[in-house]
Amino acid sequence: MTATLSPAAFWQPDEERIRRDELEQLQLERLQATVSRVARSVPFYRAAFDTIRFDPDDLRSLDDLRRLPFTTKGDLADAYPYGFLAVPLREVVRLHGTGGSGSSGIVMGYTRNDIKTWANLMARMLVAEGVSKDDVLQITFDYGLFTGAFGVHFAAERLGASVIPISSGNTKRQIKIMVDYKTTALVSTPSYALHLIEAMRADNLNMNALSLRRVLVGGEPFREETRRQIQEALNVTVTDNYAVSELLGPGVAGECLERQGLHINEDHFIPEIIDPVTLATLPPGVEGELVLTSLTKEAFPLIRFRTRDLTTLDTRPCPCGRTSARLKRMEARTDDMLIIKGVNVFPAQVEAVLRDVDQSAPRYQLVVERRQALDVATVLVEVSQSVFFDEMRRQAGYRDLLRHRLASDLGVSFDVKLVEKSTMDNVAAKGKVVDLRRR
Amino acid sequence: MLTIRTLDVAYGAVNVLRGVSLHVNQGEVVAIVGANGAGKTTLLKTITGLVRPRRGDVRLRGESILQDSTARIVARGCSLVPEGRQIFGDLTVHDNLVLGAYVQYRRGQAAEVKADLKRVLKMFPILERRAGQLGGTLSGGEQQMLAIGRALMARPTLLMLDEPSMGLAPLVVREIFEVITRISKDGCTVLLVEQNARGALKIANRGYVLETGRIVLEGSAEDLLASREMQRAYLGRDVHPEAERGTT
Repeated sequence: MTATLSPAAFWQPDEERIRRDELEQLQLERLQATVSRVARSVPFYRAAFDTIRFDPDDLRSLDDLRRLPFTTKGDLADAYPYGFLAVPLREVVRLHGTGGSGSSGIVMGYTRNDIKTWANLMARMLVAEGVSKDDVLQITFDYGLFTGAFGVHFAAERLGASVIPISSGNTKRQIKIMVDYKTTALVSTPSYALHLIEAMRADNLNMNALSLRRVLVGGEPFREETRRQIQEALNVTVTDNYAVSELLGPGVAGECLERQGLHINEDHFIPEIIDPVTLATLPPGVEGELVLTSLTKEAFPLIRFRTRDLTTLDTRPCPCGRTSARLKRMEARTDDMLIIKGVNVFPAQVEAVLRDVDQSAPRYQLVVERRQALDVATVLVEVSQSVFFDEMRRQAGYRDLLRHRLASDLGVSFDVKLVEKSTMDNVAAKGKVVDLRRR
Repeated sequence: MLTIRTLDVAYGAVNVLRGVSLHVNQGEVVAIVGANGAGKTTLLKTITGLVRPRRGDVRLRGESILQDSTARIVARGCSLVPEGRQIFGDLTVHDNLVLGAYVQYRRGQAAEVKADLKRVLKMFPILERRAGQLGGTLSGGEQQMLAIGRALMARPTLLMLDEPSMGLAPLVVREIFEVITRISKDGCTVLLVEQNARGALKIANRGYVLETGRIVLEGSAEDLLASREMQRAYLGRDVHPEAERGTT
């Protein structure tokens, strides 16, 4: 890919090509304003700053950010639902959520300005990926509490592109619409893109006859091999998008057409890479956990949020002209969170459902596999011998109830298998989570 | 053009500015808004060398001006239109204007001063009509125009205005803001300090909200106008989020 990009290749050219010294001044100004606002408005930060005897006036340079405490997903979950809001609820115009049941849910609020900023930041990414107002975007992310679909949707509208808000599922209909509506850009998880390709092959559909020019992927880690497969099968450009729901959703970082790392919107988020064990800050090029601080969020500002994603920071200039640092594409996370069909799932959420339904917290094992490029998740649940052999009807009802609750609480469907104690004894040694997709 | 980093200013034991950072790009109109006592005037006095900060840095085109005298800072192209106009009531309008060109006179640029005077009088026809009149006999709005005209006589590249709308009737305020827009269009960078947040942000590109010596909000003027946080900060009514949280 050559680096000859027209001015139209930027959505906000002044911001995207800002000089590094000007960027640092802007980051400092915004960080100081954010820190003094959270110290005043968010009880968690007020207490955390008090504990380390930090006064917002002491923040004198960007390096001082390292003195501030981290924010974890656990901290956010503890403050469920509204403990982290920095503005009164009546100023919030949108609410998104992650997870579903019990303590592991997190609620994110957005003010009118946050929504506007979000659309602009994601529009930058769309333009960087080659999308223009002439494109027809088919968004196959799930609409609902998740941030993915809405993040892309409003950015694409702002850009002037045509949006097909088809949401997830119903592959046959997805393909029909892709053909009939002349979709030029598919927005999808990489695994669903592969699944669509397989379905089109099975239908003997002539993929060369599609209007598709690009596939914007996100929502789950993938290998370069997957990108190659999608690009070759559909004759498209595949670009990666990095979303952090707690911080914004999509629009935090994304690839330009160079596809050499994901540009971070550094005028809105300060990235740091830390050693997840010692918590020390690591230099560019060294792999560690990505930590992000929001600089412009009004309703839900976060200081040093630990994303649990492992990556490196590349501060070398990019041929595309953007001056922002880039993240290496992600392949791993630091904790046990699973991404199943693009949805974040924590084993603790499965546990919460089991406890809720059964009252007795049975032993379980979560198995995730990939069949025909799609994630399949199964929960093995231990039941007593009497139930297992004697009460078939009760067994079926219990299984259906679990299936229904898991799907509704976690936002992704699971197969449920009931096993007796001896079976569970055998498989339990492998741990509560068995992810067969990486093999 | 102007870059300020973590500026601390204290009057005795009282901290007036605490870690203030801001920047003004060439050609921009930047508004600093905030309630009375937020530290706005102190900020302008610090930039112009009238008050010395405890810590921090003020840079003009990349060079620190902290050690410079006020006269030197004016010579570098920064002019201040002070709060309350502070024109010379016993001098004529003409003499008030010419006094603004003190630096140019010192440099022996009498011819240029003459041309500048012509330009300023053309910009403010009312001043031309009142050129021979004593400054003290002008109306509030006319005095404000005289103060702005006097500042322009120093040929600033950065014009700073402290509460130019204060005490003026709404129609006159609109006129003053129009004048500022015109000055900006002529290529002068403008830093505008105002309690009249709405009026100032309407003509600004970007803005900062100053509250008890700290910048609590910054952003494009458009975003700030839409921000409820800005409205709270500006009104000085700090509705505590906790008190309202959970109420729908």
